[in-house]
Amino acid sequence: MNRQRTRAAALWVCCVALASIVVARAHYITDLSAFLPAHPTPTQQLLVDQLRDGPASRLILAAIDQGERSARARVSMAMARRLRADPQFASVNNGEPVSAQRDREFLFRHRYLLSDRVTAAHFSADGLHAAIADSIEELASPAGLLLKSLLPTDPTGEMLHILDELERMPQPATADGIWVSPSGTRALLVAQTAAGGSDTDAQESAIKAIRAAFIAALSESPDSGTKALQLKLSGPGVFAVDARAKIERAAVRLSIVSGILVVTLLFAVYRSATALALGLAPVASGAVIGVAAVALGFGAVHGITLGFGITLIGESVDYSIYFFVQSHATAAQSWQRAWWPTIRLGMLTSVVGFASLLPSGFPGLAQLGLYSISGLVAAALVTRFVLPALLPRGFVIHDVAPLGARVAGLLRPVRRTSGRAIAAFAVALAGAALVVLLRHQGTLWNRELAALSPISAADQDFDAKLRADLGAADVRELVVVSGPTLESALELAEHAATALAVLVDAKVIGAFDSPANYLPSMATQKARRDSLPDARQLRANIRQASADLGLNEAVLQPFFADVESARQAPLIGAQDLQGTSLGTGFDALIMHQKNRWNAILPLHAAAGAQAVDTARVRAALQEAQLTAAQALDLKQESDGLYAGYLTEAIRMSLTGVLAIIVLLLVALRSPLRVARVMAPLLLAVLAVAAGLALSGVQLTILHLVGMLLIVAVGSNYALFFDRQASVHEPGGESLTLASLVIANASTVIAFGLLSFSQIPVLVALGATVAPGAFLALLFAAVLARTEPPRA
Amino acid sequence: MMPRVAGVLSRVAGLLLLAALGGASGDLDQVMALLAQRQHGRVEFIEQQFLAVLKRPVESSGELRYDAPDRLEKRTLLPKKETLELAGGILTTQRGARRRVLDLHRYPQILPLVESIRATLAGDRAALERVFRIEFAGSVERWSLTLEPLDQELLRTVKQVQIDGSRDQLHRIEIRQADGDRSLMTLRTPAAP
Repeated sequence: MNRQRTRAAALWVCCVALASIVVARAHYITDLSAFLPAHPTPTQQLLVDQLRDGPASRLILAAIDQGERSARARVSMAMARRLRADPQFASVNNGEPVSAQRDREFLFRHRYLLSDRVTAAHFSADGLHAAIADSIEELASPAGLLLKSLLPTDPTGEMLHILDELERMPQPATADGIWVSPSGTRALLVAQTAAGGSDTDAQESAIKAIRAAFIAALSESPDSGTKALQLKLSGPGVFAVDARAKIERAAVRLSIVSGILVVTLLFAVYRSATALALGLAPVASGAVIGVAAVALGFGAVHGITLGFGITLIGESVDYSIYFFVQSHATAAQSWQRAWWPTIRLGMLTSVVGFASLLPSGFPGLAQLGLYSISGLVAAALVTRFVLPALLPRGFVIHDVAPLGARVAGLLRPVRRTSGRAIAAFAVALAGAALVVLLRHQGTLWNRELAALSPISAADQDFDAKLRADLGAADVRELVVVSGPTLESALELAEHAATALAVLVDAKVIGAFDSPANYLPSMATQKARRDSLPDARQLRANIRQASADLGLNEAVLQPFFADVESARQAPLIGAQDLQGTSLGTGFDALIMHQKNRWNAILPLHAAAGAQAVDTARVRAALQEAQLTAAQALDLKQESDGLYAGYLTEAIRMSLTGVLAIIVLLLVALRSPLRVARVMAPLLLAVLAVAAGLALSGVQLTILHLVGMLLIVAVGSNYALFFDRQASVHEPGGESLTLASLVIANASTVIAFGLLSFSQIPVLVALGATVAPGAFLALLFAAVLARTEPPRA
Repeated sequence: MMPRVAGVLSRVAGLLLLAALGGASGDLDQVMALLAQRQHGRVEFIEQQFLAVLKRPVESSGELRYDAPDRLEKRTLLPKKETLELAGGILTTQRGARRRVLDLHRYPQILPLVESIRATLAGDRAALERVFRIEFAGSVERWSLTLEPLDQELLRTVKQVQIDGSRDQLHRIEIRQADGDRSLMTLRTPAAP
């Protein structure tokens, strides 16, 4: 016996040590991918990439609020100057024409490769006549003064055409030379980080740099105008950093507080430090082994899984409570005989329930399933085999039987009530809850991913407001084409642009951007270069074209020289864009992954329209036989993804409940007993769901996980009452009640605290499990039969 | 005697000089005040541009509308329809389907051209003096305002703007550019319908 004990303890130490090594070396992921499918379709993969590292994920929006208008402009410019020198940022735009000079030089030098008007017809006598006549008319406008100097080198107005095309994208309002909100009360600045949005550390450092630049800009011009200025930041990276900090803070604080409370409770009950220390062994072992199992099973652990991990404490701490309280009256060996089978069945019930989550396509949920299963099994096994081994000889905790007796006293009026009345009460309660749920049927579930977001509604509103102010920076709908090479992706982007241009003309969409606007494909560039006539032909065409235009042909010498050198010049590649704002624009719209190049064409809604009609965009792309092009509505796609998970999770949970019923049927061999065990659990779940619906809470996937936990934790309660009803041992009821009340109190404390956090995910869990666990115990106690069944 | 006469004469001359000077400054203020009173205006224009790159001048005509204090609209009807609207420092041009928006803060070269006309129409002497050195000649009935950019950078594109008018009406705006090109706009109040 002793050898066996030593072996169990040694095995336990080895397992925990090994698991600790795995935990220490595991890879932890804190980005969004916990919410993204493990085996995505190409569209979902695109969505994942976009959300993680796409151009939208890398934007930090900054608003300078309050203070005086001129001070806002001054600070915006000073901040932008500082941030532009920081390599953390791919671009910093506040509406100032800073890179304008370099950009213009680049555009001008390569205008015959970049302008989509460059064709053979454009350079024929007729084409030149039309283009030059147009340029001459432009000279009459006030801007003509700017154009006049261009005429001798660029009589066809290619430069102006390129600028016009680039400026087609909606631009924010400007005042004092910088971007402002339409009302002019906020100065706006958009920074694009070099790192992807999923790199939360890089985002955090970029945010710090922006704040530092603001402080520095303030101290550069300290006067009354700048004193009141406020900086507000928004964007995916800001949200991610904020969420991480909030979750970390909440997790640490809640763990400490609930740890202290539970330890205090247990100490008050046990009155023994040894028991307290031993009691935490199953919990700690379960947590370590759970994380290790996830790390081994999935390769990496999502941060959110650890967050859910608190849930495990709720059940695993119960095991040691049962052990200490119930083994009080008997020796450990008789506890193993008398009580362990019930705990084992309760554990198996929970395992079966959580196993239903394993096949989930939502990695966060699948990991939670594995974590809970392995953690619970570990905690139960440690309680069964290790705790008795570690227990000092003759060890007893403070006698809690009086507590159980007092609870039994409270239950006495209930016990006197007829079974029929209690059944009627239960049916009525279930019926009322069902009526409430049916009434709220339409709004019961929240199918938007934002429901899980730890970002407050106020912050989300502010983000939406800033995006509306900026117009151009909001990327929600986009078309993505991809090819095996950059060239093929650009060619497809040009092809898609032709189809999209039709939609712009039809006002289905307002505008779109394309990487090919900044860097046309080699094929297009070559076609344009080849269409330029040779020097002799060009002179002949110009002579014919300018006959009736009154143009002084002699001034066009620079034009002839430029066209000739454009004919000889090499084509431009991505590296030529470096150092211009066009390069930044291009980089933001091209994504290179392994052997794929994705070209992204963001769409902007037509004036007055809220969103882009993605269906019409899809139809247009199909018509153009661009089968490889994908039209994505980022919000709709991510909501769709989440709604899919939710539906899947609901189905899985129902399967889990069915599996639990089957397990109980096999174990208890009596449909009536199974019904007695399940009734309080289902009643508790119904009551909690109805309560949440009544208080206006929309249910999310986390509420569902919470309900599964109610069943998992509550099944132990119900099974103990069932056991009590079947064995009917003397003094058993008060011991059962005492252990259950203590276990329940620790669960309610741990989860109740969660509902005080500011993280919606944790609040959802807390608000479901705390009342649910309490109700499960209450209903289990009320519905329990104290008389042995009359066979 | 002589010294007394001389004294009187010199005093009279002095008074006359003062009156003349005061009159000029007063006339400018009076013209500005008259202009400032006008809330709306609508005139027809013919514009000729003399450019070195072209053998003959570019001619255009249309209508100018003004609403105090800073809205100016130039509708060119010939040779091609084009509208140009200035409101709050933002210049919007529309030619056919092509619409351009220029924030004048970004194009300091154009600003004096537009501001000379706008501030004159608004009777905003302070605004004019921020950008130009003003020379006033003539009388309220028939005046001529010569504006020269104060900024050396601007002088490299625009040399001078001359605006002629009578009372609160503008008749002629001539813009001389540094490279010798110039434009001449003649304005006419349309015949009452």
